[in-house]
Amino acid sequence: MSDSTISREHVAHLAHLARIDLSDAELDHLAPQLAVILESIAEISTVAADDIPPSSHALPLENVFRADENRPCLTAEEALSGAPEVDQQRFSVPRILGEGA
Amino acid sequence: MTTTTTTATTTELVPYDDAVARFDPVLGLEVHVELNTASKMFCGCPTEFGAEPNTQTCPVCLGLPGALPVVNAKAVESAIRIGLALNCSIASWCRFARKNYFYPDMPKNFQTSQYDEPIAYGGWTDVDVDGETVRIEIERAHMEEDTGKSLHVGGATGRIHGADHSLVDYNRAGIPLIEIVTKPIEGTGADAPAVARAYVAHLRELVRGLGVSDVRMDQGSLRCDVNLSLRESPEAAYGTRSETKNVNSLRSVERAVRHEVSRQAGRLAAGERVVQETRHWHEDTGVTTSGRSKEEAEDYRYFPEPDLVPIAPSPGWVEELRAALPEPAAERRSRRQSEWGFSDLEMRDVIGAGALTLIEQTVDAGATAGAAKKWWLSELARRANDEGVSLDALAITPTQVAGVQALVDSGRVNDKLARQVLDGVLAGEGEPEEVVESRGLEVVSDESALASAVDSAIAANPDVAEKIRDGKVAAAGALIGAVMKDLRGQADAGRVRELILDRLVRHGES
Amino acid sequence: MSDLTRLSAADLAEALRNGDTTSVQATQAHLDRIAAVDDAVHAFLHVDAEGALAQAEAADDRRAAGGDVPALLGVPVAVKDIATTKGLPTTAGSRILEGWIPPYDATLVARLRDSGLPILGKTNMDEFAMGSSTEHSGYGPTHNPWDLERIPGGSGGGSSAAVTAFEAPLAIGTDTGGSIRQPGAVTGTVGVKPTYGGVSRYGLVALASSLDQAGPVTRSVLDAGLLHDVIGGHDPLDSTSIDQDWPSMATAARQGDIAGMRIGVVKELGGEGYQVGVRTRFEEGVDLLTKAGADVVEVSCPHFVHALAAYYLILPAEASSNLAKFDAMRYGMRVLPDGVDLPSAEQVMEATREAGFGDEVKRRIILGTYALSSGYYDAYYGQAQKVRTLISRDFAAAFEQVDVLVSPTAPTTAFKIGEKRDDPLAMYLNDIATIPANLAGVPGMSLPSGLAEEDGLPTGLQILAPALHDDRLYRVGGVLEALFQEQWGGPLVPPELEVSG
Ligand SMILES: [Mg+2]
Ligand SMILES: [Zn+2]
Repeated sequence: MSDSTISREHVAHLAHLARIDLSDAELDHLAPQLAVILESIAEISTVAADDIPPSSHALPLENVFRADENRPCLTAEEALSGAPEVDQQRFSVPRILGEGA
Repeated sequence: MTTTTTTATTTELVPYDDAVARFDPVLGLEVHVELNTASKMFCGCPTEFGAEPNTQTCPVCLGLPGALPVVNAKAVESAIRIGLALNCSIASWCRFARKNYFYPDMPKNFQTSQYDEPIAYGGWTDVDVDGETVRIEIERAHMEEDTGKSLHVGGATGRIHGADHSLVDYNRAGIPLIEIVTKPIEGTGADAPAVARAYVAHLRELVRGLGVSDVRMDQGSLRCDVNLSLRESPEAAYGTRSETKNVNSLRSVERAVRHEVSRQAGRLAAGERVVQETRHWHEDTGVTTSGRSKEEAEDYRYFPEPDLVPIAPSPGWVEELRAALPEPAAERRSRRQSEWGFSDLEMRDVIGAGALTLIEQTVDAGATAGAAKKWWLSELARRANDEGVSLDALAITPTQVAGVQALVDSGRVNDKLARQVLDGVLAGEGEPEEVVESRGLEVVSDESALASAVDSAIAANPDVAEKIRDGKVAAAGALIGAVMKDLRGQADAGRVRELILDRLVRHGES
Repeated sequence: MSDLTRLSAADLAEALRNGDTTSVQATQAHLDRIAAVDDAVHAFLHVDAEGALAQAEAADDRRAAGGDVPALLGVPVAVKDIATTKGLPTTAGSRILEGWIPPYDATLVARLRDSGLPILGKTNMDEFAMGSSTEHSGYGPTHNPWDLERIPGGSGGGSSAAVTAFEAPLAIGTDTGGSIRQPGAVTGTVGVKPTYGGVSRYGLVALASSLDQAGPVTRSVLDAGLLHDVIGGHDPLDSTSIDQDWPSMATAARQGDIAGMRIGVVKELGGEGYQVGVRTRFEEGVDLLTKAGADVVEVSCPHFVHALAAYYLILPAEASSNLAKFDAMRYGMRVLPDGVDLPSAEQVMEATREAGFGDEVKRRIILGTYALSSGYYDAYYGQAQKVRTLISRDFAAAFEQVDVLVSPTAPTTAFKIGEKRDDPLAMYLNDIATIPANLAGVPGMSLPSGLAEEDGLPTGLQILAPALHDDRLYRVGGVLEALFQEQWGGPLVPPELEVSG
């Protein structure tokens, strides 16, 4: 963690994970910029002792549930209203590679 | 990653027996159970199967900007009950986590699931495999949400590969799933396929018994992933495993394990290595093919779901649910077996066919266990098989089956007619009674009608009648046939025989 | 009667109650003002004249029907474009959502409608609320009415500019690291970030789910309290919404007494790195509090110095996941990669997100993806979550000694548009004093503390209270606002804007 440098290749890999087709120019620009940002936050690793519990939430709520009851749905028209492409009352999407995880 | 790699599938399969003689298989089973709650995991949309596309969605399950999830209390209760039924510990505190990956059938491009804090963990369940009990260790059971469904258009036969676009229906997105994961199952040797099948059948009965899911494999409310690896010997470290996705019938579970054993043995025997990858099961050809390679492992970037708060089931609640659990499957099985007087073999067939509950209900509706078993495992099993659905998917209820048997017992229909009554019920023609009426299937019990039919048969076949008079009683069959033909089968063959012999033999004697 | 756009929301509500004017007149007056000055200010991304007037008419009818009516019935409001509005475009300042019309209302929007506040339109913001200047809007920057060359703060610069320029008496903002309070400071207006869970997040396009909180943007503490009372309270559609009854914030704003209250000046927020004029005005504010009978002490929150680092790990991590849904499959922009025939869904997602997201958004998505990726989680996200715990503990310890904390809201006055645009670190520093409250979920308010001598631009003073005690912000803010205005001889008013066509 001490070294907060980040290679252009690594940024390209992250961009793929995030599904952003960054241009070469952006990659050139972003890699050093991220390195600077990471440098400035590198301190983080040295602040908290091991026995400090992490907080995922600002306030400690627990057990918030809803009853198993139906609420009104959107109509198919409303559901599909923003879709770039619709066919047979379904969202039409480009061909899918491989399988979902 | 969703990059598809083509790994060599050219290697020879090693015949199963040789494969298990040479290698030690290690199994792992991941079963996804779709809960039958009224509403989805995180929103109020209905969960009915087969609704019009995109009519059961809302901003939450469509992943619209701004929408937020709220946990369905009933789904948590069902998860705990499943965990308890599998002898798991129930987490005193757990959270949902986001599993981040992009896929068009997943509206938010992350699945709200559980990661290192499952609600249930560390359990076991005893499975009957060909009369002996095999204990399967349960790693965990956790809650998550289902994805939408894609229709692949263009290219070949609706298959994903070669399709030129896909049509997505999000009705299924957000339906509660419980994922049940076994620990590695070792020491099954040649029985691996049977153990895998028996476990899934056992789990299906157990969950059905809890009433928390329809567990309809044909509708995808119970889905199975088979993980398998081979190693040189039980002492050796685990080999590289393959994950075969969506093996969705009991028979396929068994076949998929057999196939993977032979395939992996083939690669190892040829000095190749097994690739860690997801594989797809092909029902038609009975083989698996390579899917996503996991060589370049996914990076799901799990983190605690910030839009949901932790779940801390109170000990009181858990004990309440434990106390209300139905009888454990094993005990229920042996109790029924002795009540019904079935042999081990018969009982195994019942479980294998997923007919335990159906037979119980048929018996409750008045049929004898024997009769109930006869209908479900022969006549109805054949029909289910023809339609490629599970028994409980047939359009007939245990009560109706008991009704058909009652007609037989009362002598109003014979077995042949009873099968036609089943056809009528399955065809949606109503209750057994109504089918008998509408199809006019009642046996002719009117003596005079029977008598005249017998007389005309004798008259029409004088030479046969003669033989019978001479004592060749066996020849009666021909006349019985003629009478049954005349009455379109709607007669009691035994009674017809009596009448014939009365006329031809007993007369002669007197 | 006098120019309706110059009235506070409280006074306008009073005029409506007395029948001195109508909601239609008031709403029309604000629509005219928008038409006159928004070419220069660019506070709005979308103005809904027709809808607003229809709601105004309905409000007037409701009042005519008699009976109990909501306090702000008929008073128009502007809504940050991050909140979904059924039938009205919602873009969160991003091109990737251009033209998207939500099929549902955010809970707070539904509450505005129920209480009869006509919605004038949707205000500009940094794309997906990532920024402190509104320069990162996909639709061009908003200009600070005090000096059109300068930024109005961000991400909610559209809302702060709208109330500053008298285009709306009330506006809705959201605050993830200061996006309500810092714009308030640099435009001389009031902004409140309620306790996390005090206002429903349902229907707010999520930036960082564990930090986001919506709140009022107004020209007075009382107006903020009145609006807070309308939008606040439990919502079963938001699992993190606090299920309790809240005291009236408007009542707290009117209380007018802080004698004996214990007020802490946060040692770590202020001094070095803060503009001289900002510091002087802050110190004057502290003196006024002392004069009003509060006893003021200095308290130390040692871990606040690490808040920025924790924030710039937690926010990008959550944002990288929250923004994954913008993938060209179900709504919004779809871009096909050029030179590819029959592109895959994956390629279309990558092309669309490349074309639809701005630089700052891409920067933070990549940073967040990195912070969560295997091998880095513990070192980055995990550690940041621990620092978050330490910051909450600092607040807890501080609030053992005092009832509220105070600090400057932002380290500088409004800077020039373009000055820090491509210097992320400099930009991030604007939120150094506001971020701790988001990490700990405590409520905070910024109110005007005067004009800096060196540049004549507004400065802001921040008040922080313990979680669930938002009413203390209003109690202290109401008193301090009155004392300041006594000195100034009235509220701060920006120079008159050039009125177009
Ligand atoms: Mg899963
Ligand atoms: Zn839904």
